[in-house]
Amino acid sequence: MRRRLPYVLPVLAFLLLWLLLARSISPGAILLGAVLAVAGGAVLAWLRMPVGRLGRLRGVPGLLAAILAEVVRSNNAVARIILRPPPPGTRRAGFVAVPLRMRDPRGLSALACILTATPGTVWVDYDARSGVMLMHVLDMVDEETWVRTIQDRWERPLMEIFE
Amino acid sequence: MTASADIPLWAALPVALLVLAGAALGLVGSIGLLRLRSFYERLHAPTLATTLGIGAILAGSMLFFTVLQTRPVLHEVLIAAVVVVTTPVTLMLLARAALQRDRAEGSTQVPGAAAPEAPPRE
Repeated sequence: MRRRLPYVLPVLAFLLLWLLLARSISPGAILLGAVLAVAGGAVLAWLRMPVGRLGRLRGVPGLLAAILAEVVRSNNAVARIILRPPPPGTRRAGFVAVPLRMRDPRGLSALACILTATPGTVWVDYDARSGVMLMHVLDMVDEETWVRTIQDRWERPLMEIFE
Repeated sequence: MTASADIPLWAALPVALLVLAGAALGLVGSIGLLRLRSFYERLHAPTLATTLGIGAILAGSMLFFTVLQTRPVLHEVLIAAVVVVTTPVTLMLLARAALQRDRAEGSTQVPGAAAPEAPPRE
């Protein structure tokens, strides 16, 4: 019970979630939301959710902007492949194994969300021992380029935030 | 919706465009399901609808209800967040199930499993 404090952020997030759902900031809604949020925090504590501190948050806006831009770009690219399929043999889909240095579970799940949110890449498997993430790519130009893109564009900023 | 008649033209056009764009992306994703050849390739198609597709529809919805001012617009942000967070779960489940099956069948189309873990002895 002394360890409740690390869950302050999640509890506040739960409260915000409730207020958004209730579409109200009346005292009643806040009170009910607070009770539910603290209960949610207690469940997290009971589940022993890993707590970790956040690193530098300076990179968050830039990362969000980069994600948004990449979502639009990759949607366009995949829609093109579907609507006007390149002649057979010119496009190659395949698996890419990306070695990751990031070990923080929150960072890894954020990376999974990013890869899913950008069509054309799907997170397939992750080996926690070696830290190698296996993903499937719809348009594989060059394996090495994909590995570098994941590491430089997503992994590094995520590590700054979560580690 | 009866109130939709009251929406001014300058707002109605972008709302219509956004909703149509979202619907179009959903359609393209479905066509992709038909056209793409392997299971792993087909995994990519529906993500069009769950990313920019849903994003465009939600943006249109936010604009519509902001102009009508019937309620605060933050509701859609919540939907977007929940979709973004939950989609990887299903997608990963499907991908890993397929991978598991292909590996068990000894398919040469998928990369092999990581080296089996050494027995935890000593």
